[in-house]
Amino acid sequence: MINMERFNTFTEQWMPLIGTALIETAQMVLISLTISTVLGIPLGILLVLTRRGQAWENKWVYQALNLVVNIIRSIPFIILLFFILPFTKLVVGTTIGVQGVIVPLVIYTAPYIARLMESSLLEVDSGVREAYEAMGIKTRHIIWNVLLRESRPSIVLGLTIATVGLIGATAMAGLVGAGGLGDLAYRYGHLRYEVDVMYATVFILIILVQGIQSLGNYFSARMKKD
Amino acid sequence: MIHLENISKEFKSKKGVIRAVNDVSLHVKKGEIHGVIGYSGAGKSTLIRCVNLLETPTAGKVRLNDREFTELTKSELLEERKNIGMIFQGFNLLRTATVEENISIPLKLIGVPTKEIPERVEKYLKIVGLTDKKNAYPGQLSGGQKQRVAIARALAQEPDVLLSDEATSALDPETTESILELLLKINEEFGITILLITHEMQVIQKICDYVYVMEAGAIVEGGPVIDLFSNPQHKTTRSFLNTISQRKLSREFVSNLQKSGSVLRLTFRGASTGEPLLAVVAKEFAIKPNILTANIMELKNGVIGNLDVHLAGESEEVARSLTFLKEQGVMIEEWDDQYGKI
Repeated sequence: MINMERFNTFTEQWMPLIGTALIETAQMVLISLTISTVLGIPLGILLVLTRRGQAWENKWVYQALNLVVNIIRSIPFIILLFFILPFTKLVVGTTIGVQGVIVPLVIYTAPYIARLMESSLLEVDSGVREAYEAMGIKTRHIIWNVLLRESRPSIVLGLTIATVGLIGATAMAGLVGAGGLGDLAYRYGHLRYEVDVMYATVFILIILVQGIQSLGNYFSARMKKD
Repeated sequence: MIHLENISKEFKSKKGVIRAVNDVSLHVKKGEIHGVIGYSGAGKSTLIRCVNLLETPTAGKVRLNDREFTELTKSELLEERKNIGMIFQGFNLLRTATVEENISIPLKLIGVPTKEIPERVEKYLKIVGLTDKKNAYPGQLSGGQKQRVAIARALAQEPDVLLSDEATSALDPETTESILELLLKINEEFGITILLITHEMQVIQKICDYVYVMEAGAIVEGGPVIDLFSNPQHKTTRSFLNTISQRKLSREFVSNLQKSGSVLRLTFRGASTGEPLLAVVAKEFAIKPNILTANIMELKNGVIGNLDVHLAGESEEVARSLTFLKEQGVMIEEWDDQYGKI
């Protein structure tokens, strides 16, 4: 009974805050995931098709892309966030709030998705592509109907991994005043010793990540037909 | 129909230049089935890829339907490829698409009118005998069924030419047999010209009109199947023939028999296979024939019989009987000359 009481006071006091934080996290994740996917998938395709022996073989484009992706992937998000402040300002006109954090989140995630796409696309049996080439089918049709189609289960899993990574990165969004669950846990749970808030946030994050992973696994398995 | 003239293909690697195909010429007439046989690494896979320019030859010319393939622009080449079906050892179907989609998707992409597509899918699924598997996924099919889908996909483009890259190599003997029968059927019904590569002599024996033996990138022997099977010249050809007919007798065994006569290989072709010639020999000459091994090979265009015999008797009598056999159209080889070498 005591626990129930404590729980009720807790929800009354913190629910609105946690709710807002959850919405902020969801916003940041969804917006940057969408933009990162739109950028990351074509980048991944380029990373595959400009390789040696592929349809658009181009040593320079491949090497340049590879280098850029590696450089960005080696910078921790918390550093990237500050490192590209001038660029963020240039693109969205502000460096704070949800808007201000979307740019670094996208720059952080898009190359990650590109890498995940690259490995998904490379899994597609090159024999099937050869068969389609032999039928006189254009490269762009092959990209869509063979490469992307066949790697859908693997792409879904890749995007699931990217989403979980994004949720982690949004925890640092508080540093530029964008809020979110991570920020809540840090400010209240850590700085103000409200341990319950910390626990509640961690619990919500675990549920969120579990849910997203299960959903990803489910859809991926459904798309696999063997 | 298909003309390959002095085709060479080189690959550059870190270890230097590798010549996978070396000055190969061949000519497949419309409606014929030609086969290239060779061990793995002989260059046959590269050769067949040169026909539709999946590999660009380093030298030589590819002509198909009187069009010079090596001189086409990229879009012209894509257009010409629509006229060439190809099937593969690994089937190469979309795993995430049903049997029906595996046939309809390429049709859509090569610009077949949408209205015609379901009709074509039905027609060619019926030909390969898989109408009831229309909604199955490749993962639910056996190897033979997958190859049938791949054949239906190739046929649905209604090409003049079919290239087969080791299409039966991943299949068990019984399934191989049924796929070969299917290939023969489509060759006869649609007059489709087939060029295939294989390492199985059975494939050549069953469906080919013409055969080329390939080794180290070059064709070492080629000709009508019946000629090559009855009178093989190159040692690689012989060792391939050994895979389908027993041709080996031990040296000791033969030399022991040779003390009392001749050990010969008699090859019968066509009409002479039906005659009881050895019975005649035994009756007319002072000879006792003893059959050591015997086999008969049914080819697409005829029958070849092989007999390894011991003719016991005086050498004059043996010589007379041989003259008689030759007159009847039997090919005769001394065992030593030919088969001792293998």
